[in-house]
Amino acid sequence: MSLSLVIPEKNMRYPSEDINESTILTIVNNERKKVVPSSSTILNPLISVRNLNVFIQKNHILKNVNLDLPNKAITCIIGPSGCGKTTLLKTFNRLLENSSEIKITGEVLVDGENIHDRNIDVTHIRKKMGLLSQRPCPLPMSIYDNIAYGPKIHGIRNKRKLDVIVKKYLSAAGLWEEVKDRLNAPANRLSIGQQQRLCLARGLAVEPQVILGDEATSSLDPISSKTIEELFVHLKEDYSIALVTHTLRQAQRIADHIVFMYLGEVVESGPAAEVFNNPKEKLTREYLSGYFS
Amino acid sequence: MRRFEELFFKTLMILATFIILGSLMMILFAVLKRGLPAMNLDMITKIPSGGFYIGKEGGLLNAIAGSLFIVIGATVLGLLISIPIVIYINIYLPPKSFLANITRLSSDVLFGIPSIVYGAFGFTLMVYLGIRASLFGGILAVTLLITPILIRSMDEVAKLIPKDLKDAALSLGATRYEIIKVILKQISPGITTAILLSVGRAIGDAASVLFTAGYTDSIPTSLSQPAATLPLAIFFQLSSPIPEVQDRAYAAALILTVIVLVLSLTARYYSRKFSKNKI
Repeated sequence: MSLSLVIPEKNMRYPSEDINESTILTIVNNERKKVVPSSSTILNPLISVRNLNVFIQKNHILKNVNLDLPNKAITCIIGPSGCGKTTLLKTFNRLLENSSEIKITGEVLVDGENIHDRNIDVTHIRKKMGLLSQRPCPLPMSIYDNIAYGPKIHGIRNKRKLDVIVKKYLSAAGLWEEVKDRLNAPANRLSIGQQQRLCLARGLAVEPQVILGDEATSSLDPISSKTIEELFVHLKEDYSIALVTHTLRQAQRIADHIVFMYLGEVVESGPAAEVFNNPKEKLTREYLSGYFS
Repeated sequence: MRRFEELFFKTLMILATFIILGSLMMILFAVLKRGLPAMNLDMITKIPSGGFYIGKEGGLLNAIAGSLFIVIGATVLGLLISIPIVIYINIYLPPKSFLANITRLSSDVLFGIPSIVYGAFGFTLMVYLGIRASLFGGILAVTLLITPILIRSMDEVAKLIPKDLKDAALSLGATRYEIIKVILKQISPGITTAILLSVGRAIGDAASVLFTAGYTDSIPTSLSQPAATLPLAIFFQLSSPIPEVQDRAYAAALILTVIVLVLSLTARYYSRKFSKNKI
């Protein structure tokens, strides 16, 4: 195995063009410097998927998925509609099991724990992962209670502690300044973009390790989407983020790691720069160049 | 031609609206015309006394109190039965569950059963249990009558709860028991409608209480005493040959209408106020 450190002047923008797959790649840029290990050698993956198969009513939705998602980074799961992106995401926090006729085989390890282990409480798994759905879905209560709901069910009753939590996470989602005077107003009076940030804050309030986003910006206006994207980039310092997205541009803007899926299989996964600039698979190349979507 | 179509169907719709409004007006007019002269303070503050078999003196407080007791008791009991059912078939059972669909089908069937059947069934049950015609018997029969209405009207709202909302609460690590609070808040307008519908049906129904609650001139002081009800007061007084007593039947109908109206308006006011503040 060769280990090459590539910092050629002429290849500043597309440094990965002539690098083979098992290379550890160092991109040196004017703004950023980071070391991205390639797909097969992710160090300390937070989520590891091994031979995962999911059947919904005899349809084979996910086919033998093997994946490692890096810790404290944004992973974007891309692929055409119906390729199983959302199913994969919902397998992570075991929400899938609420639908009927589901069969799951294989392993999903989160932080070393097999989430389908019989001895593990499902709420323990879900608490580790905040889910941001496609359309914001505030609970039918006040802004304050939306944030406090999670901590309350996990046992925090102290009003002063709850106040601190509410302020902390509304601020983290960039919403505190906008709503601090009307915390007791119903949450569904907020604008759609604000609601999505509220949902993000609500998810963060249970102190997860992972944020799962299911096309979290697709129903938002461009400005709100941008706010959410910026929040993701900011939040990846403390959380691992897995996003399903339909917009390639969004993936290009914020992803550190890319998973490309097609018809239930993972076709390619790897560091964003590598996948975007030098896709190994023909399918990936075709998808990225807009042959199909 | 298209303009003619438009005009034709529009006329039909207006006509239908007027038929409904017209019949309501005519009923109100008849009730007011014969009921108002017989109306006085005694009617709602005193129990019947003296003369003509069911009395032309005194008032109908026995029937008013009996009806209210039965309706309140049956609604509370009905909610205690129907809310758990609605929660169970909508949260715990999977979306296309056989059991949930059977439950829906049976409450649809129960919904359509005439109230006299509930009365007869309740009566049979009471005979078997050794209970005599009483307030308790009436409450039981009326509960049987309104539970399907409660289930179906709450279920219709509960079915519309977006899956995202359940998922949102679950993904915060809530158990299914813990999301019940969220679900109840979400369907609270449906609960109000359900209560209104069932109170309307319960307070106006004569057949289900005919055998089960009995009839009496006094206000029941315990669950085991018989209770008079407004619909039966109307029924008995209307079958009297004496015009004064018949007029009192119309007065009873007027009281019944006013009670339903007041209940509806209060419920609407509170549900609106509630939804403004909380949801």
